[in-house]
Amino acid sequence: MSPTGSRGGLSLGSFASPDGGGPSVAPETPVPDETTTEPGGDAPAAVPMPRPWSDPSDDAAAERDAQLLRRLRAGEEAAFAQIVDDWSPMLLRTARTFVSTDASAQEIVQETWLAVVKGLDRFEGRSTLRTWVFRILMNLGRSRGVREARSVPLSSFGPDDNGPTVDPSRFRGADDRHAHNWTPAGAPQPWEPSPEDALLAGEIRGEVGRALETLPARQRLVVSLRDVHGLSSDEVCSALDISAVNQRVLLHRGRAHLRKVLEDYYRGREVTA
Amino acid sequence: MSNQPVPGMTITCTEIVEVVTEYLEGQVDEALRAEVEAHLALCPGCDHYLDQMRETIRLVGRVPVESLSDAARDDLMAAFRTFHTPAT
Repeated sequence: MSPTGSRGGLSLGSFASPDGGGPSVAPETPVPDETTTEPGGDAPAAVPMPRPWSDPSDDAAAERDAQLLRRLRAGEEAAFAQIVDDWSPMLLRTARTFVSTDASAQEIVQETWLAVVKGLDRFEGRSTLRTWVFRILMNLGRSRGVREARSVPLSSFGPDDNGPTVDPSRFRGADDRHAHNWTPAGAPQPWEPSPEDALLAGEIRGEVGRALETLPARQRLVVSLRDVHGLSSDEVCSALDISAVNQRVLLHRGRAHLRKVLEDYYRGREVTA
Repeated sequence: MSNQPVPGMTITCTEIVEVVTEYLEGQVDEALRAEVEAHLALCPGCDHYLDQMRETIRLVGRVPVESLSDAARDDLMAAFRTFHTPAT
């Protein structure tokens, strides 16, 4: 299979549609069933669904999750404080996809945690606790996005998900003996001094932070959850309800763009040096 | 002999830059992995490209994150206390 082929008709999955079948959960009671996020959107109950978020081989993680749940249900405040502190940044990042201000994102995350507090006793452990929290957030975010009449940006991504990630003019043409390999001018050059260099580190951090903000929302979200917040690909897929291929394409395109921004930064330095 | 494909030469640089994420994710099969690695050994441009992707991922990992406001956090802790009284 050609690694560059057949990405044209990428299915954007339910993540791309603002809300396929109306709000699945009323804003007041935003505790979704753990196995479905969209009404009628999943396979019939008779068909066993793969559950990528609960890898059965990872017994240790399952045990940690069960223990965390026990502590929470026992009213252990420190356990709640810890997940609020650990997970809120990634929840805020995700919430920001649905609304136009940081303040609204804060409200969605706060509502999410309140729903978690109220719904904890009903959680059945069929997903990880964190995936369940994410799903509550996604439901709240979707209905909030609709309420604010903000066109949910998740549907406007098609064009960003296609085409080469590196400018084709950097490669030799099809009639060249070394067709589709780098031209001498197009080949990437080492970054020197290293981004670690004390003189550059601050500036580069700024470049990366700004570039992340300019990524299309879905790419920004997937890159953030993976590379800033350290979620696994499986967890991102279940949290956002996207396919593994979709996740990887968004990650790939987002990362490739950020690399390009850094490359441009280095090339700009050469010019001005 | 001369008809044998040279390892690393059946994949082009245009393909390498699009397969790099799958490669880093460990999502390529053994044959493709070997081909990618043979190519990287032969091609400084692609080798730099992969290094730069790794570097980019590392740098993104240091982007500062936003947290919940202290006031919101306090409200949540109060709500937790209300709903989940510790067993005594």
